[in-house]
Amino acid sequence: MSRAKFEYYAPGTVEEASRLLLDAGKGAFLLAGGTDLLVKINHEMIHPKAVVSLNAIKELDFIKFERNKGLTIGAGARLADVEIHPDIRRRYPAVAYAASVTANTQIRNMGTVSGNLCNAAPSAENAPTLIAMNAEVALYGKDGERRLPLEEFFKGPGLTALEPGEILTSVFVPLPPAGSGVSYQHISARGKVDISAVCVGAMVSLDKSGCEDVRIALGAVAPVPMRALKAERVLKGKKPAEDLVEKAAEQAMKEARPISDMRASAAYRKTMVRVLTRRALTEALKPARKKIG
Amino acid sequence: MKVEITLNVNGDPHTLAVEPWKTLNEVLREDLFLTGTKLGCGSGDCGACTVMVDGKSVSSCLTLAVEAEGKEILTVEGLAESGEKLHPIQESFIEKGAIQCGYCTAGMEMSALFLLENNAAPKEADIRRGLSGNLCRCTGYNKIVEAISSAAESMNK
Repeated sequence: MSRAKFEYYAPGTVEEASRLLLDAGKGAFLLAGGTDLLVKINHEMIHPKAVVSLNAIKELDFIKFERNKGLTIGAGARLADVEIHPDIRRRYPAVAYAASVTANTQIRNMGTVSGNLCNAAPSAENAPTLIAMNAEVALYGKDGERRLPLEEFFKGPGLTALEPGEILTSVFVPLPPAGSGVSYQHISARGKVDISAVCVGAMVSLDKSGCEDVRIALGAVAPVPMRALKAERVLKGKKPAEDLVEKAAEQAMKEARPISDMRASAAYRKTMVRVLTRRALTEALKPARKKIG
Repeated sequence: MKVEITLNVNGDPHTLAVEPWKTLNEVLREDLFLTGTKLGCGSGDCGACTVMVDGKSVSSCLTLAVEAEGKEILTVEGLAESGEKLHPIQESFIEKGAIQCGYCTAGMEMSALFLLENNAAPKEADIRRGLSGNLCRCTGYNKIVEAISSAAESMNK
């Protein structure tokens, strides 16, 4: 079999894109940055019958920050745009950082945050931070729009909650709580460019009595990006002393269910979950402590 | 079915009929005979196919030609504006011996251009980060980094 020959559509509206996707049926694929789709086409991992491009839909190409609401990243926004956006850098530095360490320069100039999520790799570089920050995705389909917490969006490697004809149109990240800090930590065998062997996002919200809320999300250590719920409970409601942070990190390690593959062994991944969770919590606590004084 | 598109390549408009599954890389090389842009991995890892589209460095092997319709495309053939005098990046690559087999060179130079257009005085770490999407299998990275640093200096003069 040679590389797929497909029909190409570039509709101007989300409604039309959704309808085209539905009409074309099973062999239809959405195109945003193309940095995952074209790789799969070039290497004949998929053979699309139709490709529906989102790139002519102007309404998807936006990044919007609202002081009283939060951040919305349109499905057309490139990783490079997210990386340098002034409001994201100031108020969501971990989101900007995760975008900035996704793949390489060319891929960031092309690829989108939404595409990174829809590709649903367990290692999706942008997922842990966004899950830790309570992000929601907006999905448009034939019955209109629905919203879903990002952590419910992932169903398995390469699998999402998207129904036939449904399109992820934007990612919403609420305003982080007043006394909070967020950190993203990742590691790979070959420097910083390679896909992460393990990645961790953590958000810690402090009040006068201790950890008011903690959210820890682990990437590349389960079929989907996962919350480390028991590790969160170790810290929740308590003073975040160093030994307790270490205990939470250890608990996260126990919760992770990694496999061995070409990027790392399961044992290495487990150990790195502990190390990166500890780092993520420690880093997230720094700005949180500063804010509550 | 072929689609008629117009690509603005190195300042010249080219109207041609392309199949929608053709990549920009294929159209540049096979239809426009601009073979300076190479094809390496087809995965966006090696950077040999890097071109500029609307001022941004992209992998031409991951871009559908139809999606480049109406956009400004710059390839290594258009780097030397006059077509006679080399671009300072090209001059520096020659001067510093930053070319061995040459396969990565066009992509390296386009990534260098994107870097220098966005950061006129990059530090070594910035240059290395800017080249994170370009592989040189002759492993001549040090000389490539030197060449880009030297190009930055001559472009700032």
